[in-house]
Amino acid sequence: MIDLEARYQISPNVSLRPERFGALAYSFDTRKLSFLKHPDLVRVVESLKDHESVRLAFEAVGVDEARWPSFLNALATLETSEMIRAA
Amino acid sequence: MPPEQLVHKIPAQPAAATRPLVEEFKFGLDAPICLTWELTYACNLSCVHCLSSSGRRDPRELTTEECFRVIDELERLQVFYVNIGGGEPMLRADFFEILEYAAAHNVGVKFSTNGTFIDAAAARRLASMDYLDIQISIDGADAQVNDLVRGEGSFAAARAAMDHLAAADFGPFKISLVVTRHNVSQLDEFKEIADSYGAQLRVTRLRPSGRGVDSWAELHPTQAQQRELYYWLLDRPTVLTGDSFFHLSALGDALPGLNLCGAGRVVCLIDPVGDVYACPFVIHDEFLAGNIRNEGGFTKVWRESDLFLSLREPESEGACTSCGSYDACQGGCMASKFFVGLELTDPDPECVLGNAEPYLAALATAGTAVPSSTADHSRPGVPVPSPVTLRPTRRQRV
Repeated sequence: MIDLEARYQISPNVSLRPERFGALAYSFDTRKLSFLKHPDLVRVVESLKDHESVRLAFEAVGVDEARWPSFLNALATLETSEMIRAA
Repeated sequence: MPPEQLVHKIPAQPAAATRPLVEEFKFGLDAPICLTWELTYACNLSCVHCLSSSGRRDPRELTTEECFRVIDELERLQVFYVNIGGGEPMLRADFFEILEYAAAHNVGVKFSTNGTFIDAAAARRLASMDYLDIQISIDGADAQVNDLVRGEGSFAAARAAMDHLAAADFGPFKISLVVTRHNVSQLDEFKEIADSYGAQLRVTRLRPSGRGVDSWAELHPTQAQQRELYYWLLDRPTVLTGDSFFHLSALGDALPGLNLCGAGRVVCLIDPVGDVYACPFVIHDEFLAGNIRNEGGFTKVWRESDLFLSLREPESEGACTSCGSYDACQGGCMASKFFVGLELTDPDPECVLGNAEPYLAALATAGTAVPSSTADHSRPGVPVPSPVTLRPTRRQRV
């Protein structure tokens, strides 16, 4: 579960490769590949470390509140696969 | 209607794009997600189903320096990992040098080996390296079944390698098998072997490629075995498959992973002499896109070759596109079709709905020859194991 009020960051040794649909994410530690399926999600993930909370990251990227639940689900999946983690 | 009202009529966009990823991938990416890189055609074994007909080293093999340039290019393209194979990649004298160079350049390596050359010292060296996955191949859960396909002593060698990796604390390596008619009943035993090492099991599909052209008809699983395999895999989502069984998804729920042929779209093969093929299972002139030694290197081949551009076009209409299961199986495996003599728009020869049967029967009636190999590296005079009485399938279809 992602805490909307907490700060997160991309895990160490994870790289993002931009694609027209979003990005590929690869962890050199777990050697797992994930897909970020929207360019806005990529912007959110990349800006997590610069904001005190996920809420502020959403606002900074301009994610409409109606989309937050699906973004939180996507972030939770990325957390489970160790692509992002609490800072 | 004023713009501010219009905004509220637009449904909120979810975090995922509306077009499914499979559709995105069909049109190809600017760089492969990952690729297979066969480092050498040299091999100490002569497996009956070897997809690259390996045995003898090709004298034109890429030099160490050329291998480094490939890695540089993959780093620039952000290809995060390569599946290194062969042949037996550890037969290259510069094998460790190549691994170390890749790790230092953010290209992770997963390499396939028969394990013969992983002794205690090699295992310790491998365990000390980063960004490295190893998969040891066995094709039977015991020596009896395995050695009939891979050659005498190969099971013992593979188990010794696993023991050395475990003793060196390598961590969770992978054990990889190709499913055949003879080992499909051993899946639970394979899983037990993997579990005993804390290893991951990887199960992949037999293709009629390379020396498999001659053994496929005898070795590929029966329809009943395919169903057995499908339910076994559905119950075990942690077993890796390299997404190679998507043709089974026509039986019901999709198996985990990308259910699509990624050839020339999201994956490809670089062979030991730098030739780029659409996938590891189509080492044949028909699927040769170019060579990395030419100007523009790998990137130009990937982005501009006529072959790859054509593979990224929408599929031509065929028997499969009108089938209700097409979304599930995507028509199956291109290599399997090609090497049994089918058209690429025909059903997969192992179509679980049996839709390939009339096509295969027509080929048999017509006596159509299957495509002969354009790249055989088998060692002359070295007998290939004979798991069954292999019937000639080059001219005569069964």
